[in-house]
Amino acid sequence: MLNIFAGAVGLGLIWAIVTSGIFISFRVLNMPDLSVEGSLVTGAAVAAMLIIAGAHPILALGGSALAGACAGLITGFLHTKLKIPALLSGILTMTALWSINLRIMDGRPNVPLLRVDTILTPLTNLGLTRDHAIIIIGLIAIIIVIAVQRWFLTTEFGCALRATGNNPHMSTAQGINTDLMKVAGLACANSLVGLAGGLLAQYQGFVDVQMGIGAIVIGLASLIIGEVIFGRTTLLRSMIAVALGAIVYRCIIALVLEAGLAATDLRLFTAITVAIALWMPTARTQIDTISRRVRNKGSSFSDGPRPSFALFPGSSRQKPGKGDH
Amino acid sequence: MLALNNVNVTFNTGTVNEVHALKNMNTLLEQGDFVVVVGGNGSGKSTMLNAVAGSYLVDSGKIVLDRTDVTWMSEHARAKYVGRVFQDPMRGTAPDMTIEENLALAYRRGSRRTFKRGIKAAERTHFRELLASLDLGLEDRLSTRIGLLSGGQRQAITLLMATLKKPRILLLDEHTAALDPKTAARVLEISVKLIEDDYLTTLMVTHNMGDAIKYGNRLVMMREGEILFEATGQQKKDLTVPELVDKFISAGVEVRA
Repeated sequence: MLNIFAGAVGLGLIWAIVTSGIFISFRVLNMPDLSVEGSLVTGAAVAAMLIIAGAHPILALGGSALAGACAGLITGFLHTKLKIPALLSGILTMTALWSINLRIMDGRPNVPLLRVDTILTPLTNLGLTRDHAIIIIGLIAIIIVIAVQRWFLTTEFGCALRATGNNPHMSTAQGINTDLMKVAGLACANSLVGLAGGLLAQYQGFVDVQMGIGAIVIGLASLIIGEVIFGRTTLLRSMIAVALGAIVYRCIIALVLEAGLAATDLRLFTAITVAIALWMPTARTQIDTISRRVRNKGSSFSDGPRPSFALFPGSSRQKPGKGDH
Repeated sequence: MLALNNVNVTFNTGTVNEVHALKNMNTLLEQGDFVVVVGGNGSGKSTMLNAVAGSYLVDSGKIVLDRTDVTWMSEHARAKYVGRVFQDPMRGTAPDMTIEENLALAYRRGSRRTFKRGIKAAERTHFRELLASLDLGLEDRLSTRIGLLSGGQRQAITLLMATLKKPRILLLDEHTAALDPKTAARVLEISVKLIEDDYLTTLMVTHNMGDAIKYGNRLVMMREGEILFEATGQQKKDLTVPELVDKFISAGVEVRA
């Protein structure tokens, strides 16, 4: 049982970096960016090919981040300069990246990383298992990512980036080049996703051109789970929360698989989780409306036609608990 | 100083819905002029403000701000010279950011956004003093999210943001129209104080005829993209609400006093 969790936490830490990237596009920029499905693989492919070519594993990760950033730039260009809706821009980049990723991988859909030094090698040489080694490396990586992100988002530039996602009208009126901010934000988001891809390739020991499918939904699930459980009162708290969310998500997945869910049903499970999580804010008001109707039903129906003021939900509302005791 | 020379703006060009929103508009605002713009819906008041701010590019003509030709300058670049307050109180501030973060963003209007700290300690003290001068009890709530404030409070902060870096022109587009009468009066008072303190050149659109007469040193009435009537100085002071309403009615515009 512990072994399953060691693997889940290690993988969760890598996905925490993906989720941090999605936090920038989805939360800070308020833009659903689907290019991550492609940039994750791009990052993985670049890292794998660089390592095979003899590059240092850490340098390879730098390459992953850079490649991811380029993917973000393309999405940003499509969205801000060609004025293509954000969702579609991401889909276009993701589709284009499929071909580019195969090019990077020399036309092979799967590239194994055998008998080469990865970022895990120094630790496994010390006698650690791969799962434990990735926990240490993932932990260091996510701490650096959150620290840098926290610094970045509170700089003048970072504040302008947040304002762009929060209120574009106000941002323009305050002299912020919102197009530039969107492009920069998407580049940052995808560079993190690329970096995570590079780590994932080194941990798993292979790159598969399909490995990015579902990344956006997994990332969103992690982000929302993290925010719901750990809160989002401050910027730092939100960033830590979404990272923890990725780990919790991986543990949940490990548990349901252990409980007997077929691995092929995982995506259905994830999609349903995200749908429910995204519905939650609306669900609260819907449930509230239903309960108000039920509470007021007795008076308004038994006394004949509904009084006209019942048209205004607030005015006919009974204070809960009044007269109960 | 703001000069508009033969400015034309057309919407939906070449369709049946073509609207000539500004027709050969010519106007000159001297430094410190406080011009109140009135006119019915669709008269081109907001279009004029948006053209000055750069939200719409003009078809032809020239817009000059203090000897800088800004006609073809993008909206965000032009923001260096322009302070704006919109009708919708939600539009002027970033709701999920704090009061101090919003003010700090405005404090950097016109400068490059660098990788230095977004807010400096000295700025906080400065912001606190400015907020205290609004007399709305906001000086102790610097780290409150703007989204938690009322429309009036948000509009007052937007005003502060628009004037924090002295703009060459301040554009107020019906900025009190969405507020209750008491709050509207308070926000207008704050506006006038900020304008007078800094001797700001201002264009203010309003539908309130009383305010139009009470404030500013010039009054401009617009209809169908043209200036119909203008009053300055003593002539403006002597105007009465019924007179102004009469002018509206004779111009074929429906109003309430």
